[in-house]
Amino acid sequence: MSTTEQYTPIQDTGVGKKAAGPVGWLDDRLGLAGVAKKNLRKVFPEHWSFMLGEIALWSFVVLLLTGVFLTFWFQPSMTEVEYHGSYLPFNGLEMSQAYKSTLDISFDIRGGLLIRQIHHWAAALFIAAMIAHMLRVFFTGAYRKPREINWLIGVGLFSLGLVEGFAGYSLPDDLLSGTGLRFVDGLIRSIPLVGSYLEFFIFGGEFPGDEIIPRLYMAHILLIPAILLGLIGAHMLLLVYHKHTQWPGPGRTEQNVVGYPMLPVYAAKAGGFFFVVFGFTALMGALLQINPVWVYGPYNPSEVTAGSQPDWYMGFSEGLVRLMPGWESTFFNYTWSWNVFIPGVGGLTGLFVILGAWPFIEQWITGDKRDHHLLQRPRNAPVRTALGVAGMTAYGVAWAAGGNDIIATKFHMDIYTLTNIFRVGFFVFPIIAFMVTKRICIGLQRADANRILHGYETGVIERSPDGGFSERHAPLPASQQYTLTAHDRVPVLEAPAETDENGVAAPHSRKEKVRAKLQALYYRDTLDKPTTEDVQHAEEHLGEIDGHPVELGDEFQGVSETGVPRVH
Amino acid sequence: MSDELQPVSDTEPIKDPGLAEHQFRPQDVDESQAKRTERQIAWMFRIAGLLFFGFCVAYFAVDIDATFLGWSAQNFAFGMTLGGGLLLIGVGIIQWAKKLMGDHEMVEMRHPSASSEEDRVAVMKDINAGIEESGFGRRPMIRNSLLGSMALLGLPAVVLLRDLGPLPHSQRETVWKKGMRLVNDVTGTPIKPSDMQVGQLVNGQPAIVYETDADGEAVLHGTELLQVKSKASIIVVRMRPEDITASKGRENWGVDGILCFSKICTHVGCPISLWEQQTHHLLCPCHQSTFDLGDNGKVIFGPAHRPLPQLPLGVDEEGYLIAMSDFPEIIAPSYPELARDQKKLDNKS
Repeated sequence: MSTTEQYTPIQDTGVGKKAAGPVGWLDDRLGLAGVAKKNLRKVFPEHWSFMLGEIALWSFVVLLLTGVFLTFWFQPSMTEVEYHGSYLPFNGLEMSQAYKSTLDISFDIRGGLLIRQIHHWAAALFIAAMIAHMLRVFFTGAYRKPREINWLIGVGLFSLGLVEGFAGYSLPDDLLSGTGLRFVDGLIRSIPLVGSYLEFFIFGGEFPGDEIIPRLYMAHILLIPAILLGLIGAHMLLLVYHKHTQWPGPGRTEQNVVGYPMLPVYAAKAGGFFFVVFGFTALMGALLQINPVWVYGPYNPSEVTAGSQPDWYMGFSEGLVRLMPGWESTFFNYTWSWNVFIPGVGGLTGLFVILGAWPFIEQWITGDKRDHHLLQRPRNAPVRTALGVAGMTAYGVAWAAGGNDIIATKFHMDIYTLTNIFRVGFFVFPIIAFMVTKRICIGLQRADANRILHGYETGVIERSPDGGFSERHAPLPASQQYTLTAHDRVPVLEAPAETDENGVAAPHSRKEKVRAKLQALYYRDTLDKPTTEDVQHAEEHLGEIDGHPVELGDEFQGVSETGVPRVH
Repeated sequence: MSDELQPVSDTEPIKDPGLAEHQFRPQDVDESQAKRTERQIAWMFRIAGLLFFGFCVAYFAVDIDATFLGWSAQNFAFGMTLGGGLLLIGVGIIQWAKKLMGDHEMVEMRHPSASSEEDRVAVMKDINAGIEESGFGRRPMIRNSLLGSMALLGLPAVVLLRDLGPLPHSQRETVWKKGMRLVNDVTGTPIKPSDMQVGQLVNGQPAIVYETDADGEAVLHGTELLQVKSKASIIVVRMRPEDITASKGRENWGVDGILCFSKICTHVGCPISLWEQQTHHLLCPCHQSTFDLGDNGKVIFGPAHRPLPQLPLGVDEEGYLIAMSDFPEIIAPSYPELARDQKKLDNKS
């Protein structure tokens, strides 16, 4: 051991007499103290919305744990066998080994059903949490420089998560999942020029073949989880490197990060949260039935249940396929099935491409190349927020359309009318949503400005000598005023230069003109925060009310019903 | 706003008041409160331990067939003990962090994500030195031949995948042929026209699906059977003859108003059987493509493009329904070579 003389040896510090041995042993070999020094007390800011990604992370861990358990018994084979297990209705029925082993896990392995249900619930939660996390990141502008790469990794995680989920629920080879695979077969066939080749290579011959379940199994338990794991690792590393974004507030700036140290507070909270997520999914597995494959029966290509639905996260894709008109054309002696290819393959890839491209599009429009570590409130970026809500609306319409048969039967509606409403709605509703959201954002911006300049409503009603009633306003505490104004000003837009410094027509002026137009649209109607003058002016006038206002006194603490905390 | 130009970077209207004063928790100022919280948390952990023990008891004590309030008693017991215990551990740890661990907010300065300019210059220099010393730029022959061989390495990688499956062979034919009987999908019995009433729909299969060889073994089984079923499944419907408008050449494809269509949707291949007697429409439960069976299986709604293929029917000497040929149109979802295959099929007939 070569301890440098000028340092006190770790065992003498009294900090960790017991830990000193193992820590020293490890550091002799790994030399990790340098890294640990920087990171053990790393500061993480706190906000409930930062927990959404954590739910996704922990449900992924739950998926790994429960998935390993399931592999002990699941047999990914399409060999047909006769069933003689404990589920008597199927006694003597021919089914694939995959389906039979799923029944065995559900009925003969103690705890098998629970783990299967936890696995399925955790998968649903994994994707739901990823989407919620992604929306949080989108609406607060957390993907801006320097975090664009992490956003791209996130888009990759989201897309792979969908594929992983689909592969997983296809494995039991029951009637429902087989119907899903039949759809995927049609989807692959619709790919122009190479569709049939891909179909035969992926399925090992004509549908259904006997290869698809073993191949999906490999993808589901090895290939995709390995990539997911790698991407999650990169996602977390970048998170640590960039340090987490934070909400603006007193003492919180672009240059610092305010919060609790990783060790012990954040580690305990995050570690505890793993148990909460695991426990929650376990309770769901105990109480809420999911994917009861024995109800559906083994796969049979000549049967289908009315009301067949994919797992919820594929619903939007299913809906797009349902909405599409039956377009198919023949040219160059080839058949082009637009009716399947555009909504199926195009819908999925379109979503991922738009998501991945957005940060770069926004950056190009705004020309904002600065680093951002403070989050934006959705209202302070009205066009982005409105675009996001428009996108959510389109997604929602597609998702609802994926259940159009269920909606039609439950609400006694005509399925064709309903489908036509969705067809139009897919284009019209997002536009309405955009306009409404943008106005709401601007309204909220005005309300903020109002609260800064005119204070908050105290709940104290005053009666003037001539009988009129008015509500007393009191200034917001400085910390809240600051929080409300801690965001960028709306930039002053300049027309792009038509010519360069020598008077020659600028080469990119056309592109610049488009950019300038988009920039104007991006910032149009956005309300700027009050200026110093506005605030000073308002301060001078805040006390001026008709009549003879009663002094509120130092004891007055505000009224919580107004949403303003009593203490200030 | 006045007409005079205002500087854009107006100073912030409100000055940053700085971090708020630290608020002490009851546990920080009152040791008895802290003790109380400590006891609460410890009990959470203890109960969690008990629940895990309970899990093991349930594992051996609860019968696999027992039910509890309609749930599987075992699943309920396992899930409640495991989930309850995990939740208690999680909540306990979080309580510990929130109520007892130090809660002083810390401030850490951020560093720019970019490296320093010196580092960048040094790295660029190193890269340049590397390129220079390797001769990567100066010796294009080595470089290009290396890049070429690397590109060709992709070929074995792709070629290796060739045996994933056979090349797509013709998908235009099914097992149907002249004289094959239509049999009921469930019972396997052949169908007589007199068995069917007007408005009725029968799910059917080609007789070969139920055929057995000399040893009593099914001719088709396993994957092969599924492949046959995924193309040759049919529906047989009986309509009033006056409701049928057969297109040219199809006038004699039915028997007394009995028509036979492929059960496999031309959209993405779901088996269709939602039958509306009165309108003689057939609706696919997957994507709601609707076909008018009175009008040659024409698409009247939904994402499907091609009409539902129709099987020409006849009756054999024993009076059972038989196919008069294979389907003259291609079954199942469209694929790129469909147009070509259809032409070949047309030429054959």
